[in-house]
Amino acid sequence: MFIIKCPYCGDRDHSEFSYGGEAHIVRPKQPTELSDDQWAEYLFMRKNIKGLQYERWNHAHGCRRWFNMGRDTSNDKIHSVYKMGEKPEK
Amino acid sequence: MSNKFRLSTGGQINRTERISFKFNGKIFFGFKGDTLASALLANGVHLVGRSFKYHRPRGIFSSGAEETNALVQIINGKNKNDPNLRATQIEIFEGFNAESQNCWPTVNFDLGAINNLFSPIIPAGFYYKTFMWPANLWGKYEHFIRRAAGLGKSPTENDPDIYDHKYYHCDVLIVGAGPAGLSAANVAIKAGKKVLLVDERHHFGGDLSFAEEEITKINDLKPLDWIKKTYSELQNNKNIMILNRTSVAAYHNYNYLIMMQNLSDHLSEKEKKGKIRQRLWKVRAKKVILATGSIERPMVFDCNDRPGIMLSSAVRKYINYYGVKCGNNVVIFTNNDDAYETAISLHNRGVKIQAIVDIREQSNGTLPKKCNELGIKILWKNTIVYTEGYKKINKVHVMRLSNDNSSIIGNKLKIKCDLLCVSGGYTPAVHLFTQSGGKLIYNEEKYYFHPKSTSLNQISVGSCNGIFNLKKIIEETQTKTNEFLNLNHNEQLNITESKSGDFENIWLLPSDKVSGKTKPFVDYQNDTTANDIKLALREGYKSIEHVKRYTTTGMATDQGKIGNMHALGIVSKITNTKMGELGTTTFRPPYSPLTFGAIVGRNVKQFFDIVRKTPIHTWHEKHGAKFEDVGQWKRAWYYPNKNESMYEAVQRESKAARNDSGILDASTLGKIDIQGTDASEFLNRVYTNAWSKLAIGKCRYGLMLNDDGMVYDDGVTTRLGENHYIMTTTTGGAASVMNKLEDFLQTEWPELKVYLTSVTDHFATVSVCGPHSKKILEKVVKNVDFSDQNFPHMSFKEGLVDNIKCRVMRISFTGELSYEINIQSNYGQATWKKCMDAGKEFKITPYGTEAMHLLRAEKGFIIAGQETDGTITPIDLQMDWIISKKKYDFIGKRSLYRSDTMRENRKHLVGLLTDDPKEILEEGAQIVEEVKNKPPMDMLGHVTSSYYSPNLNKSIALAVIKNGKKLKGKKLFVPMPDKTIEVTVSDSVFLDKEGNRLNA
Repeated sequence: MFIIKCPYCGDRDHSEFSYGGEAHIVRPKQPTELSDDQWAEYLFMRKNIKGLQYERWNHAHGCRRWFNMGRDTSNDKIHSVYKMGEKPEK
Repeated sequence: MSNKFRLSTGGQINRTERISFKFNGKIFFGFKGDTLASALLANGVHLVGRSFKYHRPRGIFSSGAEETNALVQIINGKNKNDPNLRATQIEIFEGFNAESQNCWPTVNFDLGAINNLFSPIIPAGFYYKTFMWPANLWGKYEHFIRRAAGLGKSPTENDPDIYDHKYYHCDVLIVGAGPAGLSAANVAIKAGKKVLLVDERHHFGGDLSFAEEEITKINDLKPLDWIKKTYSELQNNKNIMILNRTSVAAYHNYNYLIMMQNLSDHLSEKEKKGKIRQRLWKVRAKKVILATGSIERPMVFDCNDRPGIMLSSAVRKYINYYGVKCGNNVVIFTNNDDAYETAISLHNRGVKIQAIVDIREQSNGTLPKKCNELGIKILWKNTIVYTEGYKKINKVHVMRLSNDNSSIIGNKLKIKCDLLCVSGGYTPAVHLFTQSGGKLIYNEEKYYFHPKSTSLNQISVGSCNGIFNLKKIIEETQTKTNEFLNLNHNEQLNITESKSGDFENIWLLPSDKVSGKTKPFVDYQNDTTANDIKLALREGYKSIEHVKRYTTTGMATDQGKIGNMHALGIVSKITNTKMGELGTTTFRPPYSPLTFGAIVGRNVKQFFDIVRKTPIHTWHEKHGAKFEDVGQWKRAWYYPNKNESMYEAVQRESKAARNDSGILDASTLGKIDIQGTDASEFLNRVYTNAWSKLAIGKCRYGLMLNDDGMVYDDGVTTRLGENHYIMTTTTGGAASVMNKLEDFLQTEWPELKVYLTSVTDHFATVSVCGPHSKKILEKVVKNVDFSDQNFPHMSFKEGLVDNIKCRVMRISFTGELSYEINIQSNYGQATWKKCMDAGKEFKITPYGTEAMHLLRAEKGFIIAGQETDGTITPIDLQMDWIISKKKYDFIGKRSLYRSDTMRENRKHLVGLLTDDPKEILEEGAQIVEEVKNKPPMDMLGHVTSSYYSPNLNKSIALAVIKNGKKLKGKKLFVPMPDKTIEVTVSDSVFLDKEGNRLNA
C-alpha cells in the first residue's frame, strides 16, 4: 500500500509496480566456470532481510523501467530509490 | 404491538413518520430515525438471538458497531438476504423485514439450547480434542459440525444491487465526528486545506449526542444544540466534505485507508430504486486525525449475558436519543462515575432505579453525590454475583466485596429488576491506530491501552487517545490539531460538566461459587467464558495469540470489541504478567464487516477481468464456435455442427485439416518485434539454439529456458532483416516473456543495442494448413511465388492481400503443409473470410484450439505449460538437438550441467499407446509399473496430453515418465478408480516421422 517514487516518473501508487527480488545480484559472466555450489548460490540464495533491504522494482504499469530501492521490510519505509547500475546512498 | 417502552416526548426520532416493520414474522412499528434495536426495545423486545455455541438467549447489548449479541438476518428475497448485521446499526424503513439467527425453530424456543445443558463438558478445545479420532469417522462428524458452524444464511441468487468504488485524495482525513473529530475539523478547515470528515453512524456528535442535558453544557448550549451548530458551520465551508454512515474498515501504510459508505440501506425499497447501495472509498490522505472514540466495557461475573443486561451508555443513548426506556426497574452495576449519568437520565425520565451497585469504596465525583440527593440507593463496595431470568433478567444477587477485592463476604442480597446496566469503564478504540502500525502503551492506573508512537503522519485525539473529560478532549484536540497542521486557531469554549471520581477495575469479579459452576462470559458471541481462558492457560497455552485461537475469544464477527480487554486482563492476572508485557492480540482489518458487494464494486461479470478478443472473434461467434479461455483471451475452441458433440466436432476438424484444408485463428500468439544491431546476439543469449547464421527471410523454432534450466516458453522467430526479428511466444506466456526479456536487457545486458516492442495486438494471424493450403494461399496472397524452391518450409515472404501488406510464414504446428498470414489487425477478419472463400472448393474447415492440440500431439510437438510444468528440461523432452553446444552461454545453460539435471532417472517425455486402441487416457492420470490393491503405489509419472487420433484411428497420449528414454516398448499401467488401463511406452511422434507432409 506504499507510494514509490519511480526515478523516471515520480510518486506513484504501489499497485503500478512489480517486485523483482533482491538487488545487486549480478549474473555471472562466465557461468560455465562456476561449481554447482557457486551457481546455486547465484541462482537460489537470497537474504530475505528483516530491516533495510535493497530490492529491484519495475514500474510495470508505467514507464516499464527497472530500478533499485532500499526498503525497510519491517515497516515498508522506503529509504532510497536509484537507477540500475547506481549504488545506494549510504 | 404498541410502543409501550417509548417515552411520550423526547429523542431525535421523527414522531410524525411512523414505520411498520417485521421481525421474526411479527409486525411492529417504530419511527423514522429508529434503529432496529431502538424500535424493538420500544416494543419491549430484548431477546433477539441465540449464542453461537450454547444457544443461550441473548438480547440487545449495545447501541453501535461493537454489538456482540443482536446479529440479525435481513430477509429480502433470494438475492438480497443479508446475514450478520448488527441490529444496533440498521436503520429501519417501511417494509423492513429481519429475523434472528442461530436458532431453530424460533428464537423463543431453540432446540440447540440443549448445548447449554452440556456446557460443562464442551469447554474450549472440545472439538479439537473429541473429533480427532478415529480418523475415518471425520467424514461423518464433519457434516454435523459444519452445519452447527457459521451464522446466518447467505443469499442464493445474484446480488442485484449496485456498488461503487471511489478513489479520493485529501490533505486531512478525520475519522470520527464526535466532540474530538468536530473540534479537529473546526481547526483543520482554517488551514484552507481539503478536509474529509467521516463517521460510521448516521448522526454526528458521538456519545455527546446523548449526554444528559442537565449535566453537560457547551457555551451554555445543550450538547445536541452545540453539535448541530458546529456541524452546520462546518458544512458551510467549501473545503470540507462530511460523510456519515461511513465506516473506515482498514488503515494501511502510507495513510491509505479503505472505508465503506452506506448510501441507501436505510431507505425504503421505493426510495432505493436506481440508487447505489454502498460505496467503497480508497482514500490517500496526507495527514490523518483519528478521533475514533472509545467503547464501554461490560463487567465479567456469573451469567452476565442474559437479555436485559446492557451497557450503561447504550441505555443512556436509547432513552436520551431515541426516547426509549429499556426497562422499568433498573439496577446499575459500575466501577466508575459514567454510569451515574445514565442513572440520572433514567431517573429524570421517570424510570425507577432499584439500586446502583458500585465495586468502589466511594467516589469523590459530583454525579454519585447527585444520585444520593435524588434518593437513589447506592451499594458501595458490592458486586453482583449472579443473575436470574432465562429469557429476560428478573433478579440480581449482590454481595459485599472483601477488602482486597479477591472474594465476597456477608449475606446475599437479591434485587428484582427487568434491566441491568453494566459499566466497566471505557476502552479507547485503537483498532485503526494499531492497524496502521502504531504502537500501544498500557496505562496501569486507568487499565487501558492507548497510542504511544506511530511512524505515519497521524495523530489520535479524544477518547481514543485515552482522554475522557469533555473539556480536556476539546482543548487538547485543538492544541494537537494546531500543532499537527502548523496553525494557531484556538477557540475558547465554556464547558460545564461533572467532575469525575476515580475508577477501579476488577477483570474477573469474585463469586460465591467455585469457578467450574459459573458462566462469566468474556466473548458473548463465541460463548467464551473466563473459565475457558483459565482452562487454556492450565493446558499450557501461554501466548495471548494462542489463547485467543484456542478459546476463540475475540474471533467472532465483532472481533472482540467488547470482551478483548477482559480476556487480556484475566490472562495477565492468572499468569502474573503485566498487561504491557502481555500486549494485545493483533487488530486486523476490517474494523466492521464489509459486504462482498462493496469489495467487488463494479468489477463483476464482464468487468471482472479484461477479456481479449481477436479481430476475427465475431466471425467465430457467428459460426457457432465454443470458446476457451487462454489467459485473458477468448479462443475459438471448436465449431460444432448441429447436434455435434465436442468430441465429434474435434474429430471432424482434425481429419479435415489433414485431408483437405484447415484454418485456425492464431492471432493470440504473443509477438515481439526485436530490432537493433545486437538483435542476433540477444537471441543467442535467450534461446538454447544458435541464431547468428539464420538467413534473412528464414524462420527458426526456439526454446527458451529459465536460468534454472527448465523450459519456460517456445515459439518461432523470423529474421525479417539484418537487425530485425519477430518472435512469437505462447498465448499465455506473451506478457511474462516480454517482461523477462526486458528485465535482462535493462539489468544484465545494458550494453546490448536491442529494442523490444510488443506487437501481439497489431497483427492478426490466419493459419491455413493441409494439402490444399498452398492453392488457397495462391488465391488470397498476391506478389508471392509460392513454389517450394522460392518459398520452402521455415521461410517468410512479404505479400499483398488486395493492397494490404502482409507477412506470410511457411511454418507448421500441425505437421501439414501450412502457412500463416500476419496482417494488420483490422484486416484480419477480411483476410480470414477471403481464405474461407478461396478454400471453399478445397473443403476448408475452421478448426479450434482443441483440434490444434490434437494435431500437434499426433506429431509429438510439445505445448509449453502442458508437457512442461517448470520441472522439465529440454533434455527431459528428448530435445537435445535444440541445445547449442557451441554457444558460450544462454539463459539456463549452466543449470543443464547441474548434478540434478544430469541425473539419469529424471522424467522424460514419451508416447503412450493404450493396448485397447479405443481407450482414451485421462490427462493427469498417474502411471505405475506395478498395480497394487490400493494406494500408495510407486508412481512413475503422468499423462500430459491424450486424444483419440482420427487420422491414426487409435488413442494416443504423451506422458512424462521416470527414465522414460529407456522404457520404449515396456508395458505400464494407468490405475483408474474403476479399472486399470494397460499401456505401452512408444515414440512421442505418432504420425509422419519423416516430415513428408510438410511438403505435400
